[in-house]
Amino acid sequence: MNVRLFALLCLLPLQAFAQGFAGLGTDADGFSVPERGYVFDFPADHGPHPDYRIEWWYLTANMRDADGNDYGLQWTLFRSALRPGVEEDQIYMGHAAVTTPNHHYVTERLARGSLGHAGVTADPFEAWIDEWQMVGDMSDIRLEASSSDFAYKIDLKNDGNLIFHGDDGFSVKSAEGQASYYYSLPFLRLSGTLTLSDGQVEVTGEAWLDREWSSQPLSDNQTGWDWFSLSFDSGDKMMGFALRQTDGSVFTYATWIGADGETKAYPDGAFTAAPLATHQTIGAEVPTRWRVELPDKGVDVEVQAINPNAWMTTSVPYWEGPVTINGSHQGRGYLEMTGYE
Amino acid sequence: MIRTTFAALFSYWRRNLLQLMTLLAGIALATALWSGVQAVNAEARASYDAAAATLGEGQFDYLKDANGDSIDQSTFVALRRAGWLVSPVIEGQINGQRLIGLDALTAPVGIAPVGLSEQADLGSFLSGEGQIFGRSDALAAIENDVSADLVADPNIAPQTVLTDVLLAQRILDREGEFDRLLIASVQPNDRPKLTAIAPDMVRVGAQSGSDIGRLTDSFHLNLTAFGFLSFAVGFFIVHSAIGLAFEQRRPMIRTIRALGVPLGSLLGLMMVELLVFALIAGAAGVVLGYFIASALLPDVAATLKGLYGANVSGTLEFRASWWATGMLIALGGTAIASASAFLKLAKMPLLTGGQIRAHTMVAGRRANVLAMCASGCALLAFVLAFTANGLISGFTLLASVLIGAALALPLILDLLLRLSQSLASNAKAQWFWADTRQQLPGLSLALMALLLAMAANVGVSTMVSSFRLTFVDFLDQRLASELYLTVDETRAPEITDFLEPRVDAILPIQSTDTRVKGVETEVFGARVHSTQRDNWTFIDALSDPWDDVARGTGVVLNEQLARRSDTWPGATVAFDGRSFEVVGVYGDYGNPKGQAIISEEQFSDLYPDEIANNFGLRLPPDAVDDLLTDLEDEFDLSPDSTINQAEIKAFSLEVFERTFTVTAALNVLTLAVAGFAILMSLLTLAAMRVPQLAPVWAVGVTRRTLGKLELLRACVLALFTILIAIPLGIVLAWVLLAVVNVAAFGWKLPLFLFPIDYLQLGFFSLLAALLAALWPAYRLSRIRPAELLKVFANER
Repeated sequence: MNVRLFALLCLLPLQAFAQGFAGLGTDADGFSVPERGYVFDFPADHGPHPDYRIEWWYLTANMRDADGNDYGLQWTLFRSALRPGVEEDQIYMGHAAVTTPNHHYVTERLARGSLGHAGVTADPFEAWIDEWQMVGDMSDIRLEASSSDFAYKIDLKNDGNLIFHGDDGFSVKSAEGQASYYYSLPFLRLSGTLTLSDGQVEVTGEAWLDREWSSQPLSDNQTGWDWFSLSFDSGDKMMGFALRQTDGSVFTYATWIGADGETKAYPDGAFTAAPLATHQTIGAEVPTRWRVELPDKGVDVEVQAINPNAWMTTSVPYWEGPVTINGSHQGRGYLEMTGYE
Repeated sequence: MIRTTFAALFSYWRRNLLQLMTLLAGIALATALWSGVQAVNAEARASYDAAAATLGEGQFDYLKDANGDSIDQSTFVALRRAGWLVSPVIEGQINGQRLIGLDALTAPVGIAPVGLSEQADLGSFLSGEGQIFGRSDALAAIENDVSADLVADPNIAPQTVLTDVLLAQRILDREGEFDRLLIASVQPNDRPKLTAIAPDMVRVGAQSGSDIGRLTDSFHLNLTAFGFLSFAVGFFIVHSAIGLAFEQRRPMIRTIRALGVPLGSLLGLMMVELLVFALIAGAAGVVLGYFIASALLPDVAATLKGLYGANVSGTLEFRASWWATGMLIALGGTAIASASAFLKLAKMPLLTGGQIRAHTMVAGRRANVLAMCASGCALLAFVLAFTANGLISGFTLLASVLIGAALALPLILDLLLRLSQSLASNAKAQWFWADTRQQLPGLSLALMALLLAMAANVGVSTMVSSFRLTFVDFLDQRLASELYLTVDETRAPEITDFLEPRVDAILPIQSTDTRVKGVETEVFGARVHSTQRDNWTFIDALSDPWDDVARGTGVVLNEQLARRSDTWPGATVAFDGRSFEVVGVYGDYGNPKGQAIISEEQFSDLYPDEIANNFGLRLPPDAVDDLLTDLEDEFDLSPDSTINQAEIKAFSLEVFERTFTVTAALNVLTLAVAGFAILMSLLTLAAMRVPQLAPVWAVGVTRRTLGKLELLRACVLALFTILIAIPLGIVLAWVLLAVVNVAAFGWKLPLFLFPIDYLQLGFFSLLAALLAALWPAYRLSRIRPAELLKVFANER
């Protein structure tokens, strides 16, 4: 995934985020900064990087039950360092959500690494906060989360390679050069059980895991972003984001992921996303229908939220939910929008 | 024109500085007493709120170690990872301050102080040197012992400092340990049972209904009543000062109006003038109130802490709201006090005026109105005395008693003076009584102030003393056993076996919650013993109630339950499938819940799962210490599992002594205000009285004698007033104890009388009046004969 909630974790207290996403996270303050040409090292890089200010393990999934009903799912663990490199000073924030066409279940957990009830280890891989967990060897992952009104237990199998965004995982976020390390596992097959207010539902589908870390992902003039992960029925996939800037312009990027795993990176301007209709959620008015284009691959699609009310009522609020794709390509995917007031 | 008129109006005050002082002092004193008492109340309430917010105490269930040990961090992690949303708290002492460490990230909403969420930088709170929040005095106490950043926050409970749990562990040198785990009110479904993860933990329920606020409300209500009465006294002063000034300014007003100033402008200017006075005096009053509150607060704080365990800051934090309410009360009070004067002025015919004694002349006409108002109040009070059943009607009753009595005072005094006059034999005595009667209207407002002050003192002293007697009695009843013991249920048999030969009696105390007639009730199973028979007093009971309880047929209820369910001795109650005859109702002061006591046998039949782990032990008082040592040696019982009755009693009595200090301070203040009112009235009357005294002087009564008679007159009037004030105060106390308290808290306090105290109070009131009259009398005895002669030379 991309810039995402980087900003969100960069600056505590959380209240600061209510003031908007502009100008956050531009100060690296003794933390390491991503550099072009980094050689990834696995499994170590599946684990935490405490020298960097922020990091996440971000999973979204499109699922269906036996009757063909659509569901979306999110499991995210954010890490934020208060001081560079100090193991005790890691704050973790977990977000979990399940979205149906009519209901959006969402919950949040906060924890401090030093108390031991949240953390991440690389080998064996385990990311946890309280009873929530993502555990496995990256080809076989167990995922759990729960709250007072919903829960899920999910199994994930990886069918593909790690996908590196930008320049071999060095993902540029602005004209000034802010960047992050960013790789994904977009070919996860999913099966599991959702426990919702009506009872248990068996679901299957596909999931997308994003791994990203940085210390200064946003530039001063960026106010928020719209992020798309699209899985087409053809088997091809696409990740694209547009960072909105104070002057009204956007900075965009996209990765095309062929069904065979071949990737192509598109610099600023190749990918476009234009809002077609907005929806007033309980938190903000957000565009929930988009025209998304990547002319180089003949993509000209309409992306529509399955449930336009997928507002995340978390400490830092944002919109995150499953979408359907129609037009030049068909399929499903996930949309994230931050920085809307 | 406006400036000239204003200058003319103001010149009056320049010539009558004394009246100006009276007016300003009246407003200032009234405001001071009111805002002072309100400040004390507000500070105490803010302290409870802060305590509740700081600790979440009472709001959340929590887990603690069954053996009272500290909780290991691994237990916390195990619970969280099993889906139990718990949040760690550690607590300790640092330099006399209570240090609380909490985890801001997992703490249930609402436990962190307001300031933490508003002004804190969470990053600084959680890492580095950390931050410690507290009131400035608490922070000052610890500043040399910690290196963390200290953040002053008045919203934190007094004598408490708050910080991150990890920093608190380091300060207390208890790394990896917690004292309790707060349980969030909303939890994930499907989490394993507590016993499966942490078998050593016990869950402690949130306090329901018995929060400190409700208990302390009784105390605050009394303070508020006191503040209100003080304000009323001050208000009388203001009213009399304004009334007098307006009467005396009539000639001037006539002249000003005759010169062409419209009535509207004149009234407007006079209102502006008063507004300025009210603002100045109100500001002074708020500042004065602040000092009064600062002086009272340490004792109030100690009282509340002792009585209810509520930590109240002994120092005053400045709150902006005082200014607002203080000024409002000053302005409002002045407005009300001056309304009638303005009304009269507005209705006054253009050329009327010039009667210096106008306000005394109208007295006769006013007497009828007063009598009617007083009778109206008396009638209302009489009706309410039988029907009042809520807080509002209770306070209405209070107000109608006080206002009625105050209004009736001049009439009663007049009657008394007339009676005395008819008994007088010689001319001088007759003149004395007649002259006193003639002066009465001018003094009546000051005397009303004295009446209210004295009545308030009698009332509040009676209430506080009654409360003390009742409470001490209640402690005797409730803490009849010499020693109380709380033990682990599993160890209970072993410990009782050990105790059996060493004590006179073991009285198990077992209880469970149920509902009786829809009222939430704690049912106790009691082993009936002479302890109860000898010590318990009943509000209402059949004969030998404890025998019926012992037989298993009877139940005794506390007053709260009896009142709420309207169930009194002779009635039958049924709960949990068994019925009992109510054989007694006992006072249970300060308990918000219902209580019912049945026999031990019935209790274990009804609730076989409840096992007693609290015991009252009867033994000779001098054997208590030895037994405590034995228990500690034998069973390693910690000191907090035993309660020594003698210590509690001594402590309670000490608390009451402090309550008396507060009461005494307020007594002195209100009496001082009343004395001040008398002094001012006498001084303003003095000038007007010269024409009446001159003939008496001329027929041969010396100035010295005249002075003595002035003094005597003040004493006589004060004495009469005091005689009326004492019964009035007792009625006041009755209303507070039997009506207001029942309405507010559901229990009635018995009324006791304290004649010696009343005598003492009467003496002090008399002294206040005497002191107030001293200077005017002295001035009279030194008046230049020329002044008196002028009366004859310069006929008005």
